[in-house]
Amino acid sequence: MKPFAYLRAGSVEEAVDAHAAHPGARYLGGGTNLIDLMKLEVERPPVLIDVSRLPLEGVRELPEGGLWAGATVRNSDLAAHPAVRDRYPALSEALLAGASGQLRNVATTGGNLLQRTRCPYFQDVTKPCNKREPGSGCGALEGVHRDHAVFGHSRHCVATHPSDMAVALAALDARVELYGTEGRRTVPVAEFHRLPGEHPERDTEIRPGELITGVVLPAATAGLPSAYRKARDRASYAFALASVAAVLEVADGVVRRAGIAFGGVAHRPWRARRAEEALVGAAPTEDAFEHAVDLELAAASPLRDNAFKVPLTRGLALDVLTRLAPRTASPA
Amino acid sequence: MDSVAAQTPAGSPAVGAPAERREGREKVTGRARYAAEHPLPGRAYGWPVAASVARGRVRSLDTSGALEQPGVLTVLTPADAPRPAEPDDPTLRVLQDDRVPHHGWFVALVVGESLEAARAGAAAVRVEYAAEEHDVLLTADHPAAYTPERANGGNAGRRLRGDPEAAFAAAATRVDVSYRVPPLHNHPMEPHTSTAHWDGDRLRVYASTQGATTVRATLAALFELPEERITVTAEHVGGGFGSKGTPRPDVVLATMATLRTGRPVTVAIPRRMLPAATGHRAPTLHRLRLGSGPDGRLAGLLHEVTTYTSRVKEFTEQAAVPARVMYAVPHSLTEHRVVPLDVPTPSWMRAPGEAPGMYALESAMDELATALNRDPVELRIANEPDAEPDSGKPFSSRHLVECLREGARRFGWSARDPRPGTRREGALLIGTGVAAATYPVLVAPSAASAEALPDGTFVVRINATDIGTGARTILAQVAADALGVPLERVRSEVGSTDLPPAPLAGGSSGSSSWGWAVHQACAELAARLAEHSGRVPEGGLRTLADTKGTADAESPYARHAFGAHFAEVAVDTATGETRVRRLLGVFAAGRILNARTARSQLVGGMTMGLGMALTEGSTTDPVFGDFAESDLAAYHVPSHADVPDVEAHWLDEEDPHTNPMGSKGIGEIGIVGSAAAVGNAVHHATGVRFRELPLTPDRVLTGLRAARR
Repeated sequence: MKPFAYLRAGSVEEAVDAHAAHPGARYLGGGTNLIDLMKLEVERPPVLIDVSRLPLEGVRELPEGGLWAGATVRNSDLAAHPAVRDRYPALSEALLAGASGQLRNVATTGGNLLQRTRCPYFQDVTKPCNKREPGSGCGALEGVHRDHAVFGHSRHCVATHPSDMAVALAALDARVELYGTEGRRTVPVAEFHRLPGEHPERDTEIRPGELITGVVLPAATAGLPSAYRKARDRASYAFALASVAAVLEVADGVVRRAGIAFGGVAHRPWRARRAEEALVGAAPTEDAFEHAVDLELAAASPLRDNAFKVPLTRGLALDVLTRLAPRTASPA
Repeated sequence: MDSVAAQTPAGSPAVGAPAERREGREKVTGRARYAAEHPLPGRAYGWPVAASVARGRVRSLDTSGALEQPGVLTVLTPADAPRPAEPDDPTLRVLQDDRVPHHGWFVALVVGESLEAARAGAAAVRVEYAAEEHDVLLTADHPAAYTPERANGGNAGRRLRGDPEAAFAAAATRVDVSYRVPPLHNHPMEPHTSTAHWDGDRLRVYASTQGATTVRATLAALFELPEERITVTAEHVGGGFGSKGTPRPDVVLATMATLRTGRPVTVAIPRRMLPAATGHRAPTLHRLRLGSGPDGRLAGLLHEVTTYTSRVKEFTEQAAVPARVMYAVPHSLTEHRVVPLDVPTPSWMRAPGEAPGMYALESAMDELATALNRDPVELRIANEPDAEPDSGKPFSSRHLVECLREGARRFGWSARDPRPGTRREGALLIGTGVAAATYPVLVAPSAASAEALPDGTFVVRINATDIGTGARTILAQVAADALGVPLERVRSEVGSTDLPPAPLAGGSSGSSSWGWAVHQACAELAARLAEHSGRVPEGGLRTLADTKGTADAESPYARHAFGAHFAEVAVDTATGETRVRRLLGVFAAGRILNARTARSQLVGGMTMGLGMALTEGSTTDPVFGDFAESDLAAYHVPSHADVPDVEAHWLDEEDPHTNPMGSKGIGEIGIVGSAAAVGNAVHHATGVRFRELPLTPDRVLTGLRAARR
């Protein structure tokens, strides 16, 4: 084993200071992904800073009606929280669709956002991978890539982000709360993860040493109908072939607000802005949903062996949107 | 959970009772020791280095970085590894030269004070390869394909009866279809593991194997030691599914490492290396041609299988063999063609031959039923043979028709609307399917001893292996009845070469082979005790039986187990996701020796068939030549949520022609045909025929959309 130092931070400030003092250090949450990658020598941090016991626990009501969920809240706890289930059902559903019960009991909110792609070329250090080793090439581009991206990929990387939770957060307009040497800031979840472009080694917009302290669920989407649906190879414990999270506000027979995100199809949760724009102001009919979703899917560019993801995403999106629309507006 | 008393009621037979596994408590409390779990002073750990090219040579191998790692003891390489004798199985010829015959072939073994040290050392070994162009893709028209003389199991590579081409051409109804089964992996929970050490001049090995007798014989031949100086122990084995049926490289590497270091060494093959290093089920391409008259009776059958083997040795998955057993047909061709490629060496995986072969044959029978507009249960019954079609031998027992009828009754088949694509629940399409199952009755000679002790208890001893099946318990049951004593007075000792030699736990033959010898030893002991007057002497009374010459005698009968599977599936038309709702099997497998462990075996086999149908399969990476799915996150065995309702039933079949217990073996038949039943149900649900496994959403959704156009 490559030796590494282990530090346990007592406070957020201490964690960030420790990171600044130890170049290459990594924060350790539940460890469900990082430890695996260390065993594979994909990750070789000299120092682990354990942030899993920081006082970033719990889910709190925010004054203006939203929720704050701490970075160390376990996925199981977040999914089961009454306020989450009640006001942001898509988030609870997404969490429960991820991993296995055992993993969800350990994985944290912060760690879930920062998990790495499960691309097999990324995980195998004998293979080329621009994300793991910039400039080495992309093994998946001409290799086995059924599970890979159909949106926003580049010739440098066709990997997808594996999180279910992040897809729901993106649709719900949640923000990631960060703390670093330059202080506190928040970033929309939908913009937190990057597209690969020329630099697939950078998964997110996080700055060096910054620590996720929590996520903020906005009042604007609280209590609105929302849902998450995921398609996968087996009924449990499999990453999304594609998934869809959506939140829909309908008033007076017209869509007032639509938040739609696709999972398993891009290097980040794919916020379907074109579809959202097409829906807002329209009646929530099946025709309108089809038109909106097809507008978004027109931007897809599948690889040799994953064209099925386009109709798959379409099927999921139409199902989710239809479920969210008021019954009177979409006569059967 | 229902509770079953450990004691059997006085006078009732122990065989057949649902006796609990004797080692169950040890296993669930973690006290049962597996091959890597025997604490030995000074024990070191080995971690292999696997080739990262699919074909070529090791040009240079720099171990200096590894040796600098703290805790690394040594690195075994082709340049300096011990030189054992030439093995019969070339996959055991590890670290002997610089040739790389496939991706994942072992090129070095790092030995360290800890698993972590060995692993870090392995990562620090620098290997340069002279890579050569590789060919890893199996195609039906591959120019290198040839028909082997023998497929696996000693089966003829090709069998021809009559003129099947002409019979097929002249048939009123014809089905000419192709199926594809991908590479499949055994992936037992416990990886292939060996711990080897010297105890004076005795080599002791704890091995995770399905047959310690063969492991000892192999080590004796390789390392030129008399068998008497080797003890191989396999007390508990965490599954094998065929891949531990023969010694694997771990035991050779562990022995070489203990020779080199003089210390106990454990080599557990890492999960991600298992697919390439321990054998897998080779992909099979099937062409099935079935021709029948208007009455549905088969006139001609042609089952042609193309598969691959490695450059290391020839292994041909005998997938055309079940067509020689199943249906009455006057003209038939069953042929295997095999292509040597730069791929890992395939080997045994649960029901080799029958599992993929019956998927294809039973899918084609369903297609024929559709073409004839016949009920698929009735079509099978219409083709029931009087004798084994290929050999002409009478069946020792068959009862396939009874399995189909009983299964249909239990499943509620008579209410089935045969029209495909008509049962809708929202976005779901619902369908049901049926398929038959068969697996040969295999048996091998074995020795066993039985001993009466002065305290009125008995011990049977045999080097059987309990790979999780309940062998320990079952052999005590067989002994109790042969001795005419209650089960709790019989102890069984298994899992060591210091016990009377026995064949492997494989080919569904373990209980029959071992039980026969145990039965014989106990019957002789009972006779001795009947003659003996007075108390059992202080030293006990002992008998030793060997079934050589009887168990392996040629039988005038064709001996096979049979069964029928029924499946109900739901296919989501929006996503292509297919899930099984019900799976029901009825089996005619001779006498069932333990109702509890048999049910587990059958349900386990059916579940593995469900996986074969819907979730399992790996992809050969054309660029790198390895399997893309190398761990249990990527290689999808069914999760609990995929397995909602599986029922296994059996007929009370009596077959006097198998062995003294009348058993047939149940380890494999559960997986045979279950994938076809699921696939046939998917056709019934959707009206679309899918001919490539597994039926994952990408394939199903694409097929549904193509059919809609």
